[in-house]
Amino acid sequence: MKRERIYGIMAEFDSPQALVAAARRTHEAGYNKIDAYSPFPIEGLAEEIGFHRDEVPLVVLIGGIIGGLTGYLMQYWMSAVDYPLNIGGKPYHSWPAFIVITFEMTILFAGISAVFGMLALNGLPMPYHPVFNVPRFALASKDRFFLIVFSSDKKYDPAGTRDFLAGLQPRSISEVPS
Amino acid sequence: MDEQYKMTVDAERAPVIEPGYTFGTVTEKISAIVLTRPASNGWFVGFGIAFLLTMMLLYSIGYLVLKGIGIWGVTIPIGWGFAIVNFVWWIGIGHAGTLISAILLLLRQSWRNSINRFAEAMTLFAVACAGIFPAIHVGRPWLAYWLFPYPSTMGVWPQFRSPLMWDVFAVSTYATISALFWFIGLIPDMATLRDRATHPAARIAYGMLSMGWRGSARHWHRYETAYLLLAGLATPLVLSVHTVVSFDFAVGIVPGWHTTIFPPYFVAGAIYSGFAMVLMLAIPIRKIYGLEDFITERHLQNSAKVMLATGLIVAYGYGIEAFMGWYSGDRYDAFTLWNRLHGPYAIPYWSLLICNIFIPQVLWIRKLRTSPVALFLVSGVILVGMWLERFIIVVVSLHRDFLTSSWGMYYPTRWDWMTYIGTIGMFLAAIFLFVRLLPMISIFEMRTLLPEAEVKAE
Repeated sequence: MKRERIYGIMAEFDSPQALVAAARRTHEAGYNKIDAYSPFPIEGLAEEIGFHRDEVPLVVLIGGIIGGLTGYLMQYWMSAVDYPLNIGGKPYHSWPAFIVITFEMTILFAGISAVFGMLALNGLPMPYHPVFNVPRFALASKDRFFLIVFSSDKKYDPAGTRDFLAGLQPRSISEVPS
Repeated sequence: MDEQYKMTVDAERAPVIEPGYTFGTVTEKISAIVLTRPASNGWFVGFGIAFLLTMMLLYSIGYLVLKGIGIWGVTIPIGWGFAIVNFVWWIGIGHAGTLISAILLLLRQSWRNSINRFAEAMTLFAVACAGIFPAIHVGRPWLAYWLFPYPSTMGVWPQFRSPLMWDVFAVSTYATISALFWFIGLIPDMATLRDRATHPAARIAYGMLSMGWRGSARHWHRYETAYLLLAGLATPLVLSVHTVVSFDFAVGIVPGWHTTIFPPYFVAGAIYSGFAMVLMLAIPIRKIYGLEDFITERHLQNSAKVMLATGLIVAYGYGIEAFMGWYSGDRYDAFTLWNRLHGPYAIPYWSLLICNIFIPQVLWIRKLRTSPVALFLVSGVILVGMWLERFIIVVVSLHRDFLTSSWGMYYPTRWDWMTYIGTIGMFLAAIFLFVRLLPMISIFEMRTLLPEAEVKAE
């Protein structure tokens, strides 16, 4: 695959309101491969750029189920199968006593899945990314809001896309070298 | 209607963040503490003292490993001395951090945004201090890993019907989840520090910790989902941890332990002491670092109210314990009550009642609730009181058993005190490092509190 020389065109905005409006107009104009960057989470912004599938809850659910099963079966196997010990005449399979650890293991596995699942789905850690080549992008973690149209978008054309973004009245426009 | 109500209420309350800040100035103010502000002499003195106390902790643990737990005051019948008292005290303190970061997030209490970061750090350091005690009190700390179910050549497994085993799982899960929660909360702020740091070493360190965070809308979406789910998981977890700690006692048959009120009363007590610690840290920190605009009177007031409420639950717990001592008709329970009030440990018990029940009632007075000095002092009293509560539960219950032949006394030795004070030093040393190296207030969550952050849905 030939590597594109330009990764995309990036527009900078002053406020979250401007970014949401710009993201909506860009998406409505038929651009699909776009992304928006902000210094804090903005409700509804992901939907504006066409992001609807969030798999994090599913990952956490699976992690929790695996954790719960691991916790319970571990205790059952160790106390009733592998080395049964008579302790105070209690049954080998004393399920009420196994609930606490089952619960803790459910939480542990679900929590670990939430953190590492989120990072993996986001493709992090990723120390290098082309957007960091834009010097002004350092402000994306402070008080500026950015919208990018990737050059891999079907509708992308260097001049036309730039003109379209300029029509959204951004503060600045920059090309993102790849 | 709702809007109008909200406005009237807001007008009466101090704001969560003083007006006049923008995304830029909030970022500037919090990150400057870490990036540009030079460490003052006061910081070096404070950290130096805390560091020396940490060394004292290491010395006393080293001596313990060399000599065995005979250097402590523990004997039969009081086999659980300071180690368990301090373990329960520290882990309880940690609970407020999780309450603030997880439960208040689920309840949409946005005022938590300015105190959750350092409350979570406090949790982590308190749990680290707590974890030391069970590990060293087993007598042969180098074999503490026997507590975990690993395939050993001995072929036996841990005894899962014991609450002590449940505790191992509860506390280690709690430590793991607290660390993860704290870490993912830090990721976006690490990106801010990476972009603002001027020193190359700092840029690389914060860059690594930020994991390459770039604030993409897709990332934020998954991030918020994960954060919310983690809060939802941490909420039942934190309630379970102190419940399981209370099972360590309640499942035993010793008078003074064998009671069903323990789980709720332990959880309330944990939050009570935890908020006291939050205030004892927040009040000097906001003053020294000029953060009164972010940690406002509102935060102090709300924390004081939480302490008042949980303090009353704790008082109810004491009341029920006393009532059951009389109502059960059990002579051992009745004696436990009498022994607390008049026995050889009557002074700690009366001090406990004064510290935990009587003095904190001054928080009903609005003027004292908003006075940092008064709150700081009351919080100190509560921390002492909650430590005494655990002392009463552990030592006073054990020293008068069913048979007079197994009665005894507990006298802490200097090694007991050195270990205890050493953990306070370690805790403070960690806090001192934390305020200099990491943003102590969550920058990105503070930005969402600003009025400019609101995007109206159309």
